[in-house]
Amino acid sequence: MPEAGCRVAVIGASARRVARALVIAGIGLVTASAPARAQSPQDTAREIERYREAVADSSPGELWEIRGEDLWKTRRGPNKVSLEQCDLGEGPGVVAGALARLPRWFADAGRVMDLETRLLHCMVTLQGFEAAALQRQAFGSGEQRSDFEALSAWIAAESRGRTLVPPLDHPAEQAAWRLGRELFFVRGGTHDFACTTCHAQSGRRIRLQELPNLSRPEEARRVLVTWPAYRVSQGEMRTLQWRMNDCFRQQRFPDLVFGSDVSVALLSYLLNNARGAALAGPGVRR
Amino acid sequence: MRRSIVFDRAGRPWQAGRLALGTALLTLAGCVFVPASISGPAPAAGAGSESALLTIPREPGDAERARAALDRSFVARGQAGLDRLKQDAAQRLCSEAEAAGKAVTDEQAQAIERENQALIRWPAAGTSFLGDWRAGERIAQSGVGRQWSDPPDATAGGNCYACHQLSPDELSYGTLGPSLLRYAVLRAQMPRAELERYTYGRIYNPQAWQACSNMPRFGTHGILAEAQIRDLVALLLAADSPVNR
Repeated sequence: MPEAGCRVAVIGASARRVARALVIAGIGLVTASAPARAQSPQDTAREIERYREAVADSSPGELWEIRGEDLWKTRRGPNKVSLEQCDLGEGPGVVAGALARLPRWFADAGRVMDLETRLLHCMVTLQGFEAAALQRQAFGSGEQRSDFEALSAWIAAESRGRTLVPPLDHPAEQAAWRLGRELFFVRGGTHDFACTTCHAQSGRRIRLQELPNLSRPEEARRVLVTWPAYRVSQGEMRTLQWRMNDCFRQQRFPDLVFGSDVSVALLSYLLNNARGAALAGPGVRR
Repeated sequence: MRRSIVFDRAGRPWQAGRLALGTALLTLAGCVFVPASISGPAPAAGAGSESALLTIPREPGDAERARAALDRSFVARGQAGLDRLKQDAAQRLCSEAEAAGKAVTDEQAQAIERENQALIRWPAAGTSFLGDWRAGERIAQSGVGRQWSDPPDATAGGNCYACHQLSPDELSYGTLGPSLLRYAVLRAQMPRAELERYTYGRIYNPQAWQACSNMPRFGTHGILAEAQIRDLVALLLAADSPVNR
């Protein structure tokens, strides 16, 4: 097994990443304006597809990856420690491949956690941050940057190519999947919407946006593996916790709490439906 | 197609018909990764292959557990209070049946439809069911309203184009609902007064006709006002509406 060669390749890639990201930051200003000039929704969809192809090998998301690696290794918070002792499930400090085995049961926390919920746990227990303050800044918006989005981007990049196989040995992991399945069907709010309103049929669209049937493994795999993802339309790196929160906003539900049981259970359901897929995040999306 | 998954003695899921791929080698950028040890058989990264959905049987109490999880996982924000998590009979019956992979029973469907018929408030006698189709077109285009990020006093739209084709001029339409192109033309055989009343009621509360419809109950839930629904009825029925051109 060419492990030494592999490490060298990874270090090289890291340096190249910085250089490329600087170039992209410039290109982005030119390319990102393309969708705005488009004439019709079809044109917009085509332009975004072209943009996606153009940045496939060098996504603006790499800027988040670089910041995420820094955040992991820098001593921060009241306790002035890095996250290098954070156990993402494969042992303290092990990042490579960790995303392929999440969500999972964590005995030290007594619950199943997805990546972002685990990061929240580590930032509170290791670094001494206050949970509520972190949750308030969980999603980036203009000037407000999210540490979770940066960390998720870097950790996803470190799991790229790994086969997604979240563990299901522990009864709590099976219970989380079951809870997620149940929640997937829950209608509520002013509009009677459930996850299934949009994501239980194949080949349907909302406006021109194609909707994946997330109960079908093939379709769940295709979309789940590209998260977190750089959203061209928002100029932000978005994570799966954000995706859950924003779907419920559009369902006219109240505000889903970052790291809550509902968010973790739904991610357990969705990511297990995507079992067996090769991780390809961070991706680039509309 | 759903196939169920069985568990081996250790309680690990085993997907029927899949080859175990415990030592899959993945090559990425000239670098060989050996996936970390995996518990249970890992399905291969399927290249277009149809594979089984993981299924763990539903257990009694799952619906109650889901409701309890909802109660502790959301906070009120903007106009969206926690009352939105309280399900009415239709929401509860439809959710639970669908989670069990079934439809509601005939008796349940009839009860839901009866209950929702009673929730429709019809325009005062003598009021036309048809408003202004041009205003209706704007309502059909607008997706504003009722999200916690929306201004609480913003007039909500119907967002009809999100799911339906209506005017042939609007190419950005969704397909979650049926096409409504030429709606009135295709229903010309229906008595006009009946068609107008039905169309109004169908927008006001779709579940009065179709239990567990995916369409919002725009009138019953106060999303659209009576005048807005009449404008939408005009968009669907007026002879000079683009829908019927």
